[in-house]
Amino acid sequence: MLMAAALAVLSMGARPAAAVDLTMYYPVAVGGPVTKIIDDMVSRFEKDNPDVKVTAVYAGNYTDTMTKAMTAMKGGQPPQLSVLLSTDVFTLMDENAIVPFDDLVGDKAWFKEFYPAFMANGQVDGKTWSIPFQRSTIVLYWNKDAFKEAGLDPEKAPASWDEMVEMSKKLVKKEGANTTRWGVEIPTTGYGYWMLQALAIENGQKMMNEAGTEVYLTAPKTVGALDYWVDLSRKHNVMPTGSIDWATLRTDFLEGKTAMMWHTTGNLTAVKDAAKFQFGVAMLPAKERRGSPTGGGSFYIFKNASAEQQKAAVKFIQWMTAPERAAEWSMKTGYVAVSPAAYKTKAMEDYAKGFPQATVARDQLEHAVPELSVHENGRIYKFVNDAVQAAVTGSQKPQEALAAAQAQSDRVLRAAK
Amino acid sequence: MTDLAASSPIPERRARSQAWWNAVNAWLLLLPAAVLLVAFTHWPILATIRHSLFITKRNGSEVFVGTDSYRAMAADPIFWKALVNNFWFALGTIPTSIALALIMAVWVNRNMRGRGFLRLAYFTPTVLPMIAVANIWLFFYTPDYGALDQLRGLFGLGGWNWLGDPSTVMGCLIVMVIWKEAGFFMIFYLAALQQLSPDLEEAASIEGASRWYTFRRITFPLLMPTTLFVAINAVINSFKLVDHLVIMTKGGPNNASTLLLYYIYEVAFTFQDSSYAATLTVVLLMLLSGIALLKFGYLDRRIHYQ
Repeated sequence: MLMAAALAVLSMGARPAAAVDLTMYYPVAVGGPVTKIIDDMVSRFEKDNPDVKVTAVYAGNYTDTMTKAMTAMKGGQPPQLSVLLSTDVFTLMDENAIVPFDDLVGDKAWFKEFYPAFMANGQVDGKTWSIPFQRSTIVLYWNKDAFKEAGLDPEKAPASWDEMVEMSKKLVKKEGANTTRWGVEIPTTGYGYWMLQALAIENGQKMMNEAGTEVYLTAPKTVGALDYWVDLSRKHNVMPTGSIDWATLRTDFLEGKTAMMWHTTGNLTAVKDAAKFQFGVAMLPAKERRGSPTGGGSFYIFKNASAEQQKAAVKFIQWMTAPERAAEWSMKTGYVAVSPAAYKTKAMEDYAKGFPQATVARDQLEHAVPELSVHENGRIYKFVNDAVQAAVTGSQKPQEALAAAQAQSDRVLRAAK
Repeated sequence: MTDLAASSPIPERRARSQAWWNAVNAWLLLLPAAVLLVAFTHWPILATIRHSLFITKRNGSEVFVGTDSYRAMAADPIFWKALVNNFWFALGTIPTSIALALIMAVWVNRNMRGRGFLRLAYFTPTVLPMIAVANIWLFFYTPDYGALDQLRGLFGLGGWNWLGDPSTVMGCLIVMVIWKEAGFFMIFYLAALQQLSPDLEEAASIEGASRWYTFRRITFPLLMPTTLFVAINAVINSFKLVDHLVIMTKGGPNNASTLLLYYIYEVAFTFQDSSYAATLTVVLLMLLSGIALLKFGYLDRRIHYQ
C-alpha cells in the first residue's frame, strides 16, 4: 500500500515548464458539480495569470484529502497548496508542513477583509496559517410542504430544542410499521463531532481550549447535548435509530424521508437545485443560546514549495477569495462567502433578494464558535465520532461513551502539552 | 571411485565445471524472483519489525522504545475490537463461500441448457470493480428505500438501518463478500473438475456407487488440493478487505465493522502514526505466518496430490 501511495505521488511530479507549476489538493464534502466549478475557476485564473499553472486535484472528502496531502509530503512530493479542514492547523503545524501567510504577503490588511470568525481557526501563536475558502456553519433545512401538511406554520422553523421535538412529533408520518417520514435527522457518520459540538455550544458548553490541548467531553452539558440527540430517536421517536450517513442525508431530505435536517450550508445550492418542494433554511435551534461551530476548508501553503511557488500560491489564493469570486463560489455551492465585501457585490445582493436562504449561515456567524480543533485532530475526531455512534446506536449510554472518549483523548493529548 | 577419477581426470573436470555452470545458471534464473522477494517481502518485513520498536518524533528523529508500542496495543480497545471482528468475518465468509463455490461448480459442470450463461452469471461479481460492488450493495442496504427494505415492505415490515446498526453491519458485509467470492472460487473448482478423469466416475457407476457416494468418496477427495488453495485465498482475502469498508461504513458504527487492515490504514495514513501502524502490521504478519505454517506443516501432508 505504501508502494502504491509512493507511485501515485511520483507520477504527479513536477512538469518542466516556463510557468510556475502549482499542485493543489481539494476535497468535496457536499453535493453538486463542485469539481466542475473548481476547474472552471482555475482555468479563468490561468487565463488572467499565464505565468502560473495550477493543477487542481480532487482528493476525496476532508479526511481523504488530508491523508493524501500528508502521505505525499512524507513521500517527498507534497502539493504546494491545499484546501484542508480549517481545524487541521495544529496537525499541519506539528508535522512542520505549512508556512504562515504573514511572511508571504506584503500587506497584512488583507487578513482583515475576512470574517473574524473564519480567521480565528487559522490564527495560532499570533500568526495566520490559513485563509478561509469553503467555510460553513451548520444550518437547519426544513421542508415547508411537510410543515403545511402536518398543520404547522410553514414559514416558522423551530427556535428551541423543545420546539424542535414538538414539531418533529407532528411531522412523523407512518404507514403501518414503516415510518415514511421522520421529523428530523442529524448525521452521525463522518462529522459526528461537529454536530455534537453544535449541540454542546447551544447547551452552553465549549468543547476544547484555545491551545488545542484539552477537550471537555465529560462536562455535564456536553453529556446533556448527546442525551438530547439520543433522545430524539430513542425517547421521542422522531429520528431514525442507528447511525445516519452524512453523504446520503441530503438525498433523504430531498426524497421527503425527513422533514428537517441539520447539515452544512455548503449543500444549500445542491438542495435548491434538486428540491421538488418549498424549503426553508434557519439557524440551529437554541437551548441556552443559539450556536453552531464554524466549519469547512481553508487554503494552506506547504513549506516545501519554492519561494517562487509560494508567491504564486498567494496570488492564486488572493484571486480565489476576492469578493466577486467569493460571492460566485457562495452562490454556486451555498458555502458562506468569506468576506463581508462579497455580500456587498451586486451579484450577491440580487441573488439574496430572490433567495434569502443564502444569507442565513452568514447571519448565524455572530453566534458561531470555532470548530473543534486540537493537536492529534484525526485521533480525537475518531474518539468523539465513535462515542456519538456508540450512543445513537444504543450500545452505550451517552455518559459512558463520552467518558471512554475523554479517557482516550486525554492519553493522546498528554503528548501535545 | 578414486581410481576412476584418477584414470579419467578430464571428464571429471568437465563434469565439475558443468555443475558449476548449472549452479550459476540456476541462480541467475532465480535472481529476478529472489530480488523481488527480498525487496518487496523480506526487507519490508524486517523494516516493519524494526520500526515497531521505535517511534518517530515530530522532528524526524527516531527513538527506541522497545515493546512500548506493543503494550499500548494490548491496551487499545479498538485493536481488540478489530481483531475479534476479523475473526467473525473470517468465520462468516470462508466456509460458506467455499461450500457455495463447490456447489455452483458441480452444478455448472453438468451438461445442460444455458450453462455458459449460468457460469457467466456466477462469475460476474468477481469482475466488477470493488468500488462498484460497494456502491451496489450500499443501495441494497439503504434504510427505508433500499432494495432490501422495499422487499421487507412487501411483508409489512418496517425499515431497518442495516449498515447503521452494530448488530447487523457485520452480517451485511459477510453476505456481500460471500456473494463476491463464491463465483471467483467456483472457477478454480470448475477447472479442477474438468481435470478429473471421467474413468473414475465411470468405474464407480459400474460398481453401482450412488452419485452422492461417488462425490463424497472420489470427487471431493480429489478436489482437496483445490480446496486448500481456495481456502488459503479466502483467508488472505478475509484479512485484505479495505475498499468496501471505506465506501460503505468507514469501520463504523462505533468500530462495529472495523477490520484489522482497515485499522492499520487508519492509523498509518489518517493519524500519520507509522510506528504504531508497524506494530499492528507485525500482529497481522504473525497471524498470516501462523496460518501458512499450518498449511505447510499439517494440511499439505494430509492431502493427496495427483
